[in-house]
Amino acid sequence: MDKLNARRRNLTPYILISPFFILFCVFGIYPISYSIITSFFNWPLLGNAAPKFIGFDNYANVLTRDPYFFKALYNTVILLVFGSLMQHVVAVPLAILINSKIIRSKEFFKTTFFLPYITSTVSVVIIFGLLFDTNYGLVNWVISFFSEQQKIRWMFEPWGIQAVLAFILNWKFIGWNMVIYLAGLQSIPSELYEAAEIDGASTLRKHLSVTLPQLYPIMFLAIALSIIGGMQIFEEPFILTGGYDNLGGAQNAGLTSAYYLMFTAFKAYRLGKGSAIAWLLFLVILLLNGINRLAIKRLQR
Amino acid sequence: MAIKIKPQKVLSYLFLGLMAFIFAYPFYNVFVLATWPSSQVLSFPPRFFFGAGLMENWQQLFARIPIGKNFYNSLGIALLSTGSVLFFCTMAGYAFAKFEFRFKAQLYAFVIATMAIPGFLNIIPFYKMMVAFKWVNTWLPLIVPGMAGAFGIFLMTQFLENSIPAELLDAARIDGLGEFGILIRIVFPLSKPGLAVLGIVTFVGSWNNFTGPLILLPRIDSTTLPVALSVLNSRVDNNLGALMLGNALTLLPLMLIFLFFSKQIISGLTAGAVKG
Repeated sequence: MDKLNARRRNLTPYILISPFFILFCVFGIYPISYSIITSFFNWPLLGNAAPKFIGFDNYANVLTRDPYFFKALYNTVILLVFGSLMQHVVAVPLAILINSKIIRSKEFFKTTFFLPYITSTVSVVIIFGLLFDTNYGLVNWVISFFSEQQKIRWMFEPWGIQAVLAFILNWKFIGWNMVIYLAGLQSIPSELYEAAEIDGASTLRKHLSVTLPQLYPIMFLAIALSIIGGMQIFEEPFILTGGYDNLGGAQNAGLTSAYYLMFTAFKAYRLGKGSAIAWLLFLVILLLNGINRLAIKRLQR
Repeated sequence: MAIKIKPQKVLSYLFLGLMAFIFAYPFYNVFVLATWPSSQVLSFPPRFFFGAGLMENWQQLFARIPIGKNFYNSLGIALLSTGSVLFFCTMAGYAFAKFEFRFKAQLYAFVIATMAIPGFLNIIPFYKMMVAFKWVNTWLPLIVPGMAGAFGIFLMTQFLENSIPAELLDAARIDGLGEFGILIRIVFPLSKPGLAVLGIVTFVGSWNNFTGPLILLPRIDSTTLPVALSVLNSRVDNNLGALMLGNALTLLPLMLIFLFFSKQIISGLTAGAVKG
């Protein structure tokens, strides 16, 4: 009897964790392996035509003959730099400022800066579309006080579309990064600052030689998350530039890699090519994260 | 006694105030524009105060998209997702936090590692699968695959490790309570704070999900609020007032939740990055 109970207890944890593994096999591993196979086929979404094995043709097509793939990758990297990585340049000083002793009502600022992160992308993009409207937008209204020049046609110029997208990404995610850095700041031992004070270091000097190096590990993580997220940006440009039909607006300036992937699969109905794009994009993300790891290692030395 | 005003402090507050304004104004703007009739939403200078077109926008909104149905879909999917995530993730978190078993460390590392897989890798075959299952235009593909999500397991494992004493579990076992009974009668009631964090975070994520319903719920009356809004947004005969009201209705529930639970939401959403 006791033996039976013991065995049952040994099995219990496996039963408790089994839902995750069952679901991950069915909805994770199976489709992911399937997408490797799909990427070697000419596989139309519609109709009854049988998928045809074409080897590396999808990859060759994307890499050598497709004008959009590299355009989209270029746009994605531009957005990654000015939309996603830029956040850290703002978020770190912002976190330091909020963490400093002179600021009260920290919770108010924290909450306000975080609010954009939890709002639906559709809502955010629709409202920014209006704020950046050429004739009636708040942004051009504010600019009109400082400059007599013609109104900026944000949504009709390639650089304008990218600027608006970068602004939206910064606006949406700075608060999130700031909270992460706040947590990092609060874990820095205060002795380090006391030592710097004894050495007579100025505030700026203290932050440069104590705060920043202490933040490197968390910076690595936050930037890695930004890269993974930034390379998958789809919803913001998709909604801002009007869906599949406009393919990123003027000169495809808003066409990102994930956007192009979705277009290829769900608008052009080419599943094989779409899968090839997905795997190429995955390789790019791995590469960028490798670079991030190297850069932080170099900094820490 | 003279009050010393430090310029550093004033500058800091000015800067933070300006930032707070930039972060908060777009929200205010949605609610302002939702009250202007469609023909008057756009104006120069822009609208800063409320108008009198709320009722008209309300009628226009309901005439253009089945917003009641969309609201129902959003709410139903979010609630069922949240319920199942709470149940299955607590189960798994309980196992990882309170049991010793072979390959535990490896299995846990595997669960955590799956969080780094980009979502687009499986989206194409996943869609084909959902067509084959006949799950397109139903709630199931937006609930079932994520029922035991890795993030929830991580969160509940972290929480349960510190919140339930092992002696209590041993005492319950000696009293003859089965493992399932322990889960229901002891683990769940004692994890309320953790469940609140995970529940709110899951609800928010589901409510805001756009790509999922965009692909899997293509029919306007079976889709959710964000996708219905994007459909309204891309119509040629776009009614701006109605669009802004729809936007406000999508934002409002989340803003209310955030108002009351901002601490739980912030700690829950950043837990992976801060603790991991």
